[in-house]
Amino acid sequence: MYPHSDHLHDQPVLAVSHLTVRYNGRVALEDVTFHLHEGEQVAIVGPNGAGKSTLIKTIAGVLQPQSGEVNIFGSRPRGHVCIGYIPQRSQVDWNFPVSVADVVMMGRSAKLGPFNWPHRKDWDIVHRALETVELANLSKRQISQLSGGQQQRMFIARALAQEAELMLMDEPLTGLDAPSQEGILNLLERFKKDKVTVMVATHDLDQAASHFDRIMLLNHQIIAFDEPQNVLHTDNLLRAYGGRLKPVDGQNILSTDDCCDEGEHDHIH
Amino acid sequence: MTTFIDWLAAPLSYEFMQRGMIAAVLVGIVCAVIGSYVVLRGMAFFGDALAHTILPGIALGYLVSGGARDTLFWWALGTAVIAALGIGLISKNSEIKEDTSIGIVFAGMFALGVALISTVRSYAVDLSHFLFGDVLSVSTQSLWLILIFGGIVLLIVFAFYKEFMTLSFDPILAATLRLPVGFLNNLLLALIAVTVAVSLQTVGVALMVAMLVTPAATAYLLTHRLSTMMMLAAAFASLAGIIGLYLSFYLSIASGAAIVLTATVFFLLVFVWKKMAGR
Repeated sequence: MYPHSDHLHDQPVLAVSHLTVRYNGRVALEDVTFHLHEGEQVAIVGPNGAGKSTLIKTIAGVLQPQSGEVNIFGSRPRGHVCIGYIPQRSQVDWNFPVSVADVVMMGRSAKLGPFNWPHRKDWDIVHRALETVELANLSKRQISQLSGGQQQRMFIARALAQEAELMLMDEPLTGLDAPSQEGILNLLERFKKDKVTVMVATHDLDQAASHFDRIMLLNHQIIAFDEPQNVLHTDNLLRAYGGRLKPVDGQNILSTDDCCDEGEHDHIH
Repeated sequence: MTTFIDWLAAPLSYEFMQRGMIAAVLVGIVCAVIGSYVVLRGMAFFGDALAHTILPGIALGYLVSGGARDTLFWWALGTAVIAALGIGLISKNSEIKEDTSIGIVFAGMFALGVALISTVRSYAVDLSHFLFGDVLSVSTQSLWLILIFGGIVLLIVFAFYKEFMTLSFDPILAATLRLPVGFLNNLLLALIAVTVAVSLQTVGVALMVAMLVTPAATAYLLTHRLSTMMMLAAAFASLAGIIGLYLSFYLSIASGAAIVLTATVFFLLVFVWKKMAGR
């Protein structure tokens, strides 16, 4: 169905097979099958409503599939706390009375277990995570006082504090200025040596091509899933984006008029 | 100076005023802490509806016990917990929007309560007692119930502090961390229900939402930490309880209304002060 790389590394971090998910009464994903290798960084691209968020939430175990299955390191996602989910910034209540460090500590809720309060060790982990994303000096700030890029880095720190091995990011770059986007992408680059597997939903085909090992082109089904140069062909893109895509000069250069629909805006104080 | 101390001390020479003060402070603290979640999760309407929904339960208890008020707490508690979990269930499994279905249930149950109470001869007095509370008639026995059940609520909030915070801030994170989301949501509903039952005598059904929301909202304007918000809210609520009862004593206004009005004035002062300082 799509170019599938068959070489299995030991156990796949993530194996999705014949996944069909209905969301709000519609088929959001249909017969999606793929797997990820450990430490791989993958971009999911596709038009609005293609099912990118649904796929991410199903892998996270937040949505239940109608059929098919998701396996994380060989078992269902329900039992795994190693999945770091990084939400779209527009879905967050930024006026919630918590500091940056509080939010990052939330990532440790599961590891801490019930009736347990953060120990010295947990605060050390939180502090290290904040240092990694260069927010250590802002740890006591209320979260609305961060810029868009800093807010995104805070959530990455939370996934680090969670000791996530699979990071799922829903449009982390949307609405950020270019330097902030670069900052996030550089951060992801550094995760490669730690073997953190990363899956990012994005609108930006250029960034997907230049920063990720593989690209998944999604429109309810997987149109293509391979290395960037094998995915970003006119045929594939037309199948994914349909009429919303305009070929430029009949070449492989394409532009989409598909963009962030969330009305994102940075608020910096 | 001595006159001021006399002025402060005079009401406390009455035992019913002492009990009322203790009740108002205890209820204020419990409402403020639970109310912080109500405010942050946008559940004000749910809290208001829940308070009104328990009226038929209270009315039934009132009729069954032949007018005795001591057993009413248990009727209120039972109805509140059933109503809270029931509303939770309805809003989850309905094609109608959540606030609409809550509205239907709440108004219907409230009407049923009024209908039941209206069968009694002393209808108007009893109804107003349930609607607006009467903290000055709190018995020692009721005070113990408030202390025990309020204490349980606070203990559970303390025990599940990080879970409730994570769930309220980011439900999807809570799910990916495999926290027991359904259990925690229902637990929170049950805690709100217990709080409503505990507060019944102080502010009554109709003013309950003010105790849940107003002190917590006042604190929300002043802090960026959840724990601080809870403590500030508790302080505002206790103070409103005490000042409200003095107002009630000296101006002979209804106690529940006096407490709620004081809390509202606190909110307005902080709100205006924030606006002025923000400029």
